[in-house]
Amino acid sequence: MTRDEIKDLIVEIIKDIDEDADFHTLQSDLPLRDQLDLDSMDFLDIVMELRKRHKLQIPEADYPQLASLTSCVNYLEPLLKNI
Amino acid sequence: MDYNQQRIVITGVGLAAPGADNLKDFRAQVLAGNSAIKEIELRYFGSAPAGICTFDETRYRKKRENKRGTRAGCLGVYCAHEALADAALSIDHYERSRIGVYVGLTEHGTVETENEIFNISNYNYDVKYWSHHHNPRTVLNNPAGEITMSLGITGPHYAIGAACAAGNASLIQGVQMLRLGEVDMALVGGISESTGSFGIFASFKAQGALAEAADPRQACRPFDMDRNGIVVSEGACIYVLERLEKALARGARIYGEIAGYCINSDARDFVLPYDKRQAECMEQALKRAGMEPHHIDIINTHATGTRQGDIEECKAIGQVFGTAPCTYINNTKSIIGHAMGAAGVLELAGNLPAFEDRWVHPTINVSNLDPECALPRMVLNAPVQLPSISAILNNSFGMVGINSVIIVKKYRE
Repeated sequence: MTRDEIKDLIVEIIKDIDEDADFHTLQSDLPLRDQLDLDSMDFLDIVMELRKRHKLQIPEADYPQLASLTSCVNYLEPLLKNI
Repeated sequence: MDYNQQRIVITGVGLAAPGADNLKDFRAQVLAGNSAIKEIELRYFGSAPAGICTFDETRYRKKRENKRGTRAGCLGVYCAHEALADAALSIDHYERSRIGVYVGLTEHGTVETENEIFNISNYNYDVKYWSHHHNPRTVLNNPAGEITMSLGITGPHYAIGAACAAGNASLIQGVQMLRLGEVDMALVGGISESTGSFGIFASFKAQGALAEAADPRQACRPFDMDRNGIVVSEGACIYVLERLEKALARGARIYGEIAGYCINSDARDFVLPYDKRQAECMEQALKRAGMEPHHIDIINTHATGTRQGDIEECKAIGQVFGTAPCTYINNTKSIIGHAMGAAGVLELAGNLPAFEDRWVHPTINVSNLDPECALPRMVLNAPVQLPSISAILNNSFGMVGINSVIIVKKYRE
């Protein structure tokens, strides 16, 4: 997956969680939680969806890597490089 | 202050029933005897007659909240908001910490558990795919808790588990908490999402107690010779309960006053009802209300359309009301099916407007009255208007031998 495809994947998962989420003003380097109405259960939803869609097992210690869109892409890029 | 002398009144009703999403429409539906039962398809099970609610699911909360929560929570949130609106009551009228939410449930978590097992079946039953939402969705206080979250209520909330007597039991809980001075306003009622569970249908089927009919609208037929079981329905109904003087002070409309109630136990059988205890339950409720059988104008029966259950209840009514000259008997399940934990309060709600319009809604689908169910003044297939209606007795019974009776009287000074 390219970086853009990974970004689209995360946005798609968040849209599944909250179809009213507004991505127009989203800044990729800032925490998703501060910009969208997401809480800890929503982040677990993201983890679960990555598991279901791409069999990714993300250890709990790595959850902070999913904080912003950019950090998500940085973290997931090597894990999804062959997809 | 002697709280036990507090007069408690119903000042708001919010509901979702198969065929109606508000009390006005629901009243019109039950008076017309319009069944909204239809065939639904269930995972593994196949088709069955059932009652499904249609209401504006996003009127009071977002889709994402419905997705995160449960169907019971969605029903409860809708009905709680509707009840407050119906009561013309702002949530800030009472201190939020002095509002209690008591929700009756026959069961909860069955639907969510079945869904999760189905979900992991797509992943070779690997429990790593089991949802983190499972526990907050399946705790028994889930529907009541979702109501408090939606309304910002910080007083007590919990579930009352009382099988199919749960709706009545929650109403009784609310009355008691108001009389104890624990809360100043109570949201009480019952909720059922049971139509989402194939297991509930399969279990009734295995018990020989699930209704079948070529026309699903005729599947639920209490007291009829050809009745063959229960029609499972989803539904919810929430009442606003207040102390009379507080309700009067704010000029509230009063649907009725709680006159008496009783809950007792058969202590006998897991599923079979027992007329003797049901009769004792009605007698005790009458005693607490300071009433005689002839004071009751309507008995809204619990009868679900099972062979033995209907007969037992009619025997019990006959024992208590045998000589009462003016008590009329009806049944709401024939029209909406069995809404389980919501049944007692939903069925009572459908009868409350009778204090004003003086009509007794009918039991429908009675083509051939079972002689073992025959009682005087059964209102069958068409409504009956009376000169006046002052008191309604509502029966609601459940598995493992629980009986509940509530008597509501027309408000008079």
